[in-house]
Amino acid sequence: MDFDIKYRDFRQEARAYCAINIGPHAAKMDRDQVYLKEVHDAVHAKGWWSCLIPKKYGGIEISTLEYAIIVEEVSRICGSTGLTLAAHNSLGTWPIYKFGNEEQHRKYLPPAAQEGKLIAFGLTEPEAGSDAGGTKTKAVKDGDGYLVNGTKCWITSANLCEYSIMTARTDDRGGVHGISSFIIEKGMKGFSIGKKENKMGCRGSDTAFMHFDDMKLPAWHLLGEEGMGFKQFMMTLDGGRISIGAMGIGLAQAALEAAAKYSESREQFGKPVNRNQAIQFKLANMATQIEAARLLMYKTAWMKDNDIPFTKYSAMCKLYASEVAHYCTHQAIQILGAYGYTDRYPVERYFRDMKLCEIGEGTSEVQRIVISREVLREILENI
Amino acid sequence: MDFKLTEDQEMMRESAREFAQKRLLAIAEEMDAKEEIPEELLKEVGELGYFGLVAPEEYGGLAVDTLSYALVIEEIAKACAGLTIAISVHNSLVIKAIAMHGTDAQKDEYLPKLAAGEIIGAYSLSEPNSGTDAGSLKCQAKPDGDYYILNGTKSWVSTAKHAGIYIVFVSTDPANGSHGISAIIVPKDAKGMSLGAPEKKMGMKCSDTRELSFMDCKLPKTNILGKENEGFKIALSLLDNGRIGIGAQALGIAQAAYDEAVKYSKERKQFGKALADFQAIQFKLADMATQIHAARLLVYRAAWLKDQPGRHTMGISMAKLFASEAANFVCDQAVQIHGGYGYVKEYPVERYFRDARVTEIYEGTSEAQRMVISREILKD
Repeated sequence: MDFDIKYRDFRQEARAYCAINIGPHAAKMDRDQVYLKEVHDAVHAKGWWSCLIPKKYGGIEISTLEYAIIVEEVSRICGSTGLTLAAHNSLGTWPIYKFGNEEQHRKYLPPAAQEGKLIAFGLTEPEAGSDAGGTKTKAVKDGDGYLVNGTKCWITSANLCEYSIMTARTDDRGGVHGISSFIIEKGMKGFSIGKKENKMGCRGSDTAFMHFDDMKLPAWHLLGEEGMGFKQFMMTLDGGRISIGAMGIGLAQAALEAAAKYSESREQFGKPVNRNQAIQFKLANMATQIEAARLLMYKTAWMKDNDIPFTKYSAMCKLYASEVAHYCTHQAIQILGAYGYTDRYPVERYFRDMKLCEIGEGTSEVQRIVISREVLREILENI
Repeated sequence: MDFKLTEDQEMMRESAREFAQKRLLAIAEEMDAKEEIPEELLKEVGELGYFGLVAPEEYGGLAVDTLSYALVIEEIAKACAGLTIAISVHNSLVIKAIAMHGTDAQKDEYLPKLAAGEIIGAYSLSEPNSGTDAGSLKCQAKPDGDYYILNGTKSWVSTAKHAGIYIVFVSTDPANGSHGISAIIVPKDAKGMSLGAPEKKMGMKCSDTRELSFMDCKLPKTNILGKENEGFKIALSLLDNGRIGIGAQALGIAQAAYDEAVKYSKERKQFGKALADFQAIQFKLADMATQIHAARLLVYRAAWLKDQPGRHTMGISMAKLFASEAANFVCDQAVQIHGGYGYVKEYPVERYFRDARVTEIYEGTSEAQRMVISREILKD
């Protein structure tokens, strides 16, 4: 084992950059429900829209571990931007690189890397949430292409993206079979986007429905092979969950720091509130849980970087980190009292942003399904 | 033991339920979005008698028992928790303060108007640097002949914009700490008093919350509530009332979130069956129902205790603590059961979740309740 913190400088630099370049905009993005160009450009200037894109397509191609640190540090400053970043890299660019052909790589990856064009991921449907195999959107063979009809919901960056991945049924076998993935482009005929969702948190991140009404799609938009969609998005989500875990850890860390600072400056009964054991123990619990969650994140990222199967671990990382974020942001508000309930301090934003982590990219319930299935399989196979 | 409500209590609950479900529910979401309670709604609340719930009958109040009061708050909170802040502060803090501690002249002047809802009462104890440590307040009232001159800032004043009078706690004898605090009645048009900008809160958004600032605000000594330097005692005497109100409010929010979660889990299908057919969801509902049931028993018992002779601080603190933490658990689980739909404003659970959070903070944080409870336990 090697816990050498060789990424300390890397993290410090990212932290300082986010504080200066994203920090001043975070509260406004939340309050006004806007995605700001300044922030998009600041992320672009660091190449962070291309974390997982190879250098030959203009990407910065960093390890999953480094990428997770970036998502954590961005989320520590702004959960909305952390979410946009995580969805674009893990769910947008990664599957195109992983499953796409050379032609698709050359068409879609350089704009993301060099121009900061966003790529979305359209999987969830109104009736297919946790039950992603219940996908109803159809892509019917039509000449040498497909005719697509259906609706996708909760699509991160739907209004902002240049391209998106979209899953649809290409045959009638039902369930997890017969689902395929496609790459679609903004402005395609028959492709429309619903109104921006009014969310509890992550309000600076765009979320909307996507509608397909007789959308014609030439065959070369197919990602990988027909019928491989389910397997592809399960693999995509395995990776994506590391980034949602990272987002949760960033929010938890921000909450801990805000609570620690406040508890030193706030005096009640003639002393700073952190001289009370009740507050000290809250801070101790928060710090311990964050440390454990971060280790899960490091380990899972390391496994992915070393091609070790990590499905169970990414579910654990995502589940645990999002629940830690819940605990920490909740306790931070508690330590700040009424101040924590208002927008005078950012902790109420952290708390609202956090709730996304327990829902997006597989609810906590889905993570528990994944983990228990893997655990039962491993143990029963060895009896 | 008898766990049945009396006929009067049933009636109070029924009429509050009708008002909440038929009138309030439809506008609660808009009130949250606009961060405002319409003035005409406050008038209606007054006409229904809810601003006079605990006022003595001779002043035009309903003088209901504490359990009836809690039932009304619970029912209204199911539809719009933000509105119950105005009702509970007005009743359990302002009317109670004047009825219990006011002079006859003060009672005659304010109680009939308060009971009828002609004026709304606000209550102002906290300051920027004095929260849980309420005895450390700094807002000063200096004697000046027959007057007091007030200077300082108060924070987190609910219903500030609508109020006709404010009961403000001030330091009249700074050298004497909590024994140098007085409560003073401040009319809304008092010269030298100004309202701050509305606080931007996470939840309870329709309820108006502001700072009050005093700059050489001159008030006659006759505005002192009860006796000079007895303010802290007055504040303590009102804690139990306030906490029962918050317990009932938390209970109402929890019940509403739970009802929505049950409904949704039956409608929503995944993997070919309703969510309610999955054990993981069934167990969430079981945990939620159990917590709500326990919270309800604690809150109702606290309300009953309040009408019995003696001190019942511990039982009342337990009810507030437990009900507010139960509400947070239940609302969180309700959002979780709704998934993405629970995170957007299409379903009311998103609002319940934000509203529930503050019940663990105001009228004594959960930490303050634990201080009270542990102190009582260790006393013997």
